[in-house]
Amino acid sequence: MSNNKYTEIDNLQFDTVVEPKNKLFDLDVKELWKYRDLIFLFVKRNFISQYKQTVLGPAWAVIQPLLTTVVFTIIFGNVAGLAPGGVNSFVYYLCGTIFWQYFASCLTMVSNTFTGNSHIFGKVYFPRMVLPVSTVITNLISLGIQFFFFIVAWVIFMFVPGYSMSPGWQILLLPLMLVELALLALGCGIVISALTTKYRDLAMLVSFGVQLWMYATPVAYAADMFSGSKIEFIYWLNPTCPVIETIRYAFLGSSAAQFRPVMWGISWITTFVILCIGILLFSKVEKTFMDTV
Amino acid sequence: MNDLAIRIEHVSKQYRLGAIGGGTLKGDIQSFIARRRGEEDPNSKIGSDSAYHKNEKFLALDDVSFDVKKGEIVGIIGHNGAGKSTLLKLLSRVTAPTSGRIGINGRIASMLEVGTGFHPELTGRENVYMNGAILGMTKAEISAKFDEIVKFAEMEKFIDTPVKRYSSGMYVKLAFAVAAHLDSEIMVMDEVLAVGDMKFQDKCLGKMSDVSNQEGRTVLYVSHNMSTIKRLCNRCIVLDRGKVVFDGDVNDAVNIYLQNGKVEKKTFYSFENTEHKDYYLRQIKMLSNEVLNTKDCVFKIGEKIKCKLKCHSDCEESGVRLRVEIINKSDVVTGILFSDVLPTFSKNETLDVNFEIDTSQFMNGNYHAQFVLFKINNYGITETIDFIKGAMAFDIFSPTNEDNMEWFPQYGGASRLKDLSVTGINKYENR
Repeated sequence: MSNNKYTEIDNLQFDTVVEPKNKLFDLDVKELWKYRDLIFLFVKRNFISQYKQTVLGPAWAVIQPLLTTVVFTIIFGNVAGLAPGGVNSFVYYLCGTIFWQYFASCLTMVSNTFTGNSHIFGKVYFPRMVLPVSTVITNLISLGIQFFFFIVAWVIFMFVPGYSMSPGWQILLLPLMLVELALLALGCGIVISALTTKYRDLAMLVSFGVQLWMYATPVAYAADMFSGSKIEFIYWLNPTCPVIETIRYAFLGSSAAQFRPVMWGISWITTFVILCIGILLFSKVEKTFMDTV
Repeated sequence: MNDLAIRIEHVSKQYRLGAIGGGTLKGDIQSFIARRRGEEDPNSKIGSDSAYHKNEKFLALDDVSFDVKKGEIVGIIGHNGAGKSTLLKLLSRVTAPTSGRIGINGRIASMLEVGTGFHPELTGRENVYMNGAILGMTKAEISAKFDEIVKFAEMEKFIDTPVKRYSSGMYVKLAFAVAAHLDSEIMVMDEVLAVGDMKFQDKCLGKMSDVSNQEGRTVLYVSHNMSTIKRLCNRCIVLDRGKVVFDGDVNDAVNIYLQNGKVEKKTFYSFENTEHKDYYLRQIKMLSNEVLNTKDCVFKIGEKIKCKLKCHSDCEESGVRLRVEIINKSDVVTGILFSDVLPTFSKNETLDVNFEIDTSQFMNGNYHAQFVLFKINNYGITETIDFIKGAMAFDIFSPTNEDNMEWFPQYGGASRLKDLSVTGINKYENR
């Protein structure tokens, strides 16, 4: 069947041409937009299936961070005395925990994209990026519920005497901070998911790595701990550090955290670099990972 | 715009056999370092020749090219492992070809499996939307078709029940209904109709031909069921070991497919490249077989088939016999012919064994044969010396003017025994 008739694909017009390999940096945003309905259906599916047949339903979204916060408040706040004075340590830890957990669960779930969904990917085509994006949005819903709970607690403790909580104008930066957390989690997640198609070892490392990362980020303690230390600059290079600190500064004021615009700017650069590496790796494996996964 | 729906240009798909990589990062790093130092890969199989394993690649598709015009219903048939599913996977963009390109006009709705993306916790309704969106429809498009889908699937009552409570038949019905009602220009189906009851299968086939004839959509359909292929398709492609062996009329294609995998009819068979099992002793090797008294390998019942079998002996061997096993087209052994003990083979000797096969007890049909050289050892056990599968093939027909009896193998068996010899008739006197 091999004759020269079949060499003219370029001369004929086709909507889609399937080629052996992707371009180096191949993220088709237009195509992704065409599948926006699918993204939202995945979000709905993830969210509904998460809480189906549970008695408490979406309340679980609040219970988990609440328990973590209580543990943090007791262990790190009261026993170890790591919480800064001047703010209520419960509100302080709740603020850090919910945003950190958003980041952590996005990262873990996105890093599972290829291996966890190979049964769908193996049978039908849609832009593979749909799933990571929908994961990030799904978690945003849980975060929304938690955030509402946080605001309630925050307002209540505003009126409790003895604490000075002074929210700043940085509250307006909150959407930007959320976007950054989402992009960073997406970037790291797709790097890992692209690599786990071949090396399953990484999947084992993820949950452990995320936990380590939490201790490198001011979640259980204040970044003040490193003030004046030699490694302070390196510590602040961790992209999640300025984000969490800024969020705390915005809601709880200067006694709780520091606001460092320069370090925050650097964290944006880090985020974009990681995201680019992620997209690069993703477009490399996206087409043929089904053969190796 | 051209009138093509799909163009496949010199597409190949290669898979590596065996485990891919070390599977772990550590394994890959070890292999990499070993290769750098020129040492043996610590992760290769013990005792294996690594150069051999490096080349263990497998072409699931080998330089396949064809066009599909808009509105055609193309059947794709072939034996297991012929590359059908790989082709569909490439078309539905689940994986990419190793080389070559595929041009597609329009959206492809692929049904490589029924109910892809169905989530057991969601209701039928939610899953219809989910499934539709995965197949590339927008929410509005699905809403417009929703009632039609539910009606087609006969699922009005159960649409708000989680699909984990569905029977497998209901699952399939709903999934097919979604795919069939998509507005995609091309439908790719992989034996989805194998499930579901006869009534629903019929309905699906009807829907598929409607989709093509009335809506002008293109359908690619893979099946092992020749009757549905014949009923549905107006063109058929036969794949064999990754290559297109036939492309055209459906009936011809089905015949070729049914013949495929059988031994080819020819007058000279060389056994040089035949693979052998290790446990054959092979002190005598069969080298070739020539069928002497024919050009087309078609024989009349009762004709003798004359063969010349070339053998080579490595050492002296006596008591060797030849066994010819005749196999019909359904792969059933219909009979075995034994030779007498052959004359003693001397060391390093090449010789021809001429023999005849008497076909008087064969029935009409296509046959092939396998040759076995064997001897009975001192303990009374049969030792196989050499074994050749597919050593020859031939057709048998009965001349119509003679004994024109119809023969049904299911009643009459595979071979016809020698006619009864009536030895005498004694009449009784009527009183």
